[in-house]
Amino acid sequence: MSITVKLKYLGVIAEETGKAEETLELESNSADVASLKERCYETYSISDRDSIQVAVNHQMGKVGALKDGDEVAFLPPFCGG
Amino acid sequence: MNSHELNDRYSRQERLPEVGIDGQKALSGARVLIVGMGGLGCPAAQYLAAAGVGSLGLMDHDTVNLSNLHRQILFRENDIGQPKAELAKQALQRINSEIEITAIPDWLTDENAVELFESHDLVIDGSDNFRTKYLINDASIMTDTPWIYASIYKFQGQISVFNYQNGPSYRCLFPTTTNRNVSCEEVGVMGPLPGVLGTMQASESIKMILNTGGVLSGKLKLIDLKTHKDQLIEIQRNDAEIKKVKHRGIKIEIFRCSLDSGNTFYLDVRDPFEEPQLDAMKVINIPMSRLDEKQSDIPDDQPVHVICQTGKRSRQAIEQLQTKYGFTNLVNVEGGIQAIMKKNKQETHA
Repeated sequence: MSITVKLKYLGVIAEETGKAEETLELESNSADVASLKERCYETYSISDRDSIQVAVNHQMGKVGALKDGDEVAFLPPFCGG
Repeated sequence: MNSHELNDRYSRQERLPEVGIDGQKALSGARVLIVGMGGLGCPAAQYLAAAGVGSLGLMDHDTVNLSNLHRQILFRENDIGQPKAELAKQALQRINSEIEITAIPDWLTDENAVELFESHDLVIDGSDNFRTKYLINDASIMTDTPWIYASIYKFQGQISVFNYQNGPSYRCLFPTTTNRNVSCEEVGVMGPLPGVLGTMQASESIKMILNTGGVLSGKLKLIDLKTHKDQLIEIQRNDAEIKKVKHRGIKIEIFRCSLDSGNTFYLDVRDPFEEPQLDAMKVINIPMSRLDEKQSDIPDDQPVHVICQTGKRSRQAIEQLQTKYGFTNLVNVEGGIQAIMKKNKQETHA
């Protein structure tokens, strides 16, 4: 069984991944936030992994299993003013 | 101005049931501190002054330069070189002579923050660096002062209200950051973006003073002026992060970047507040704006590696120093500190 999740990359992350969003198919039994992050960091050269926050379905700080149709946003801090 | 005109000043907003005569009184009794009179602070201050917020503190250590004018809308060409806080006060006082405005031409520090926050009801974050944002966060928790956060990047912006009625704080969202400052100078920014965000900060301030409800607390609004794919993201309060601040007080976040420098001599041409600070054996700091005045401090008898955030300003600095003063020993650090941080990071994670 596989599930489909939609990833959104914000700020500088979109430049580092070369895209603002993408859709991924994941194995449903191993799909969680931590492994998705890991997969993303293996695929792309992300400069500031430690301060990135992840929102699942518009809720920040969600951890654990992902389900079909989830939307996952990768958000870096920015400081311009 | 006659008295009829004076009474007319707030008539359009007083007509709103959320404002009325009582709301207008609340506005005139309110004290708002704006930290940073740049792209965010200018529009925020302009609307608050116009709305009759009774007391405004305008804090900025900096002076106006030409590259500010496309987004820092209170300033004019003949203001260049003069202090932003004082200029903004004069410009706003021309909009509304009935309110009290204090210019504070200074940095926010761990020494002045608590006293300043205690004498204001709420704080608007118009800062452009992480150090100040964490400082505002911690001082707001210490003094129980709500604040309106905003940050911009190219076409994107983030805005939220923190420390409001037991809502989350900035550290609940980003407990800390390893990120370096990426300034507008380096990556560019579209002028209207801070205009939109700063105006929203003014709007949230007015709502908080009037107690209208619907305040952007516990939510982070993400705005993208290029795509219009805006998002509203929920943030949870993290009691542990807030308790930590209450217990230890203000924690200054200093971001450092260590350079495997050996004998290499570095010239850092960034402004003094920019992060990360460099850990290197031999480094001198001369911001771009002071190169002419300080060029004689740069050694000419050994290679000097010129560095900035991304390698752009350092290239300009080299060109300037070579053409004007005949330096032949300058090497640009391509990609700047960002490239070094990225490399360090990858090595750590490898």
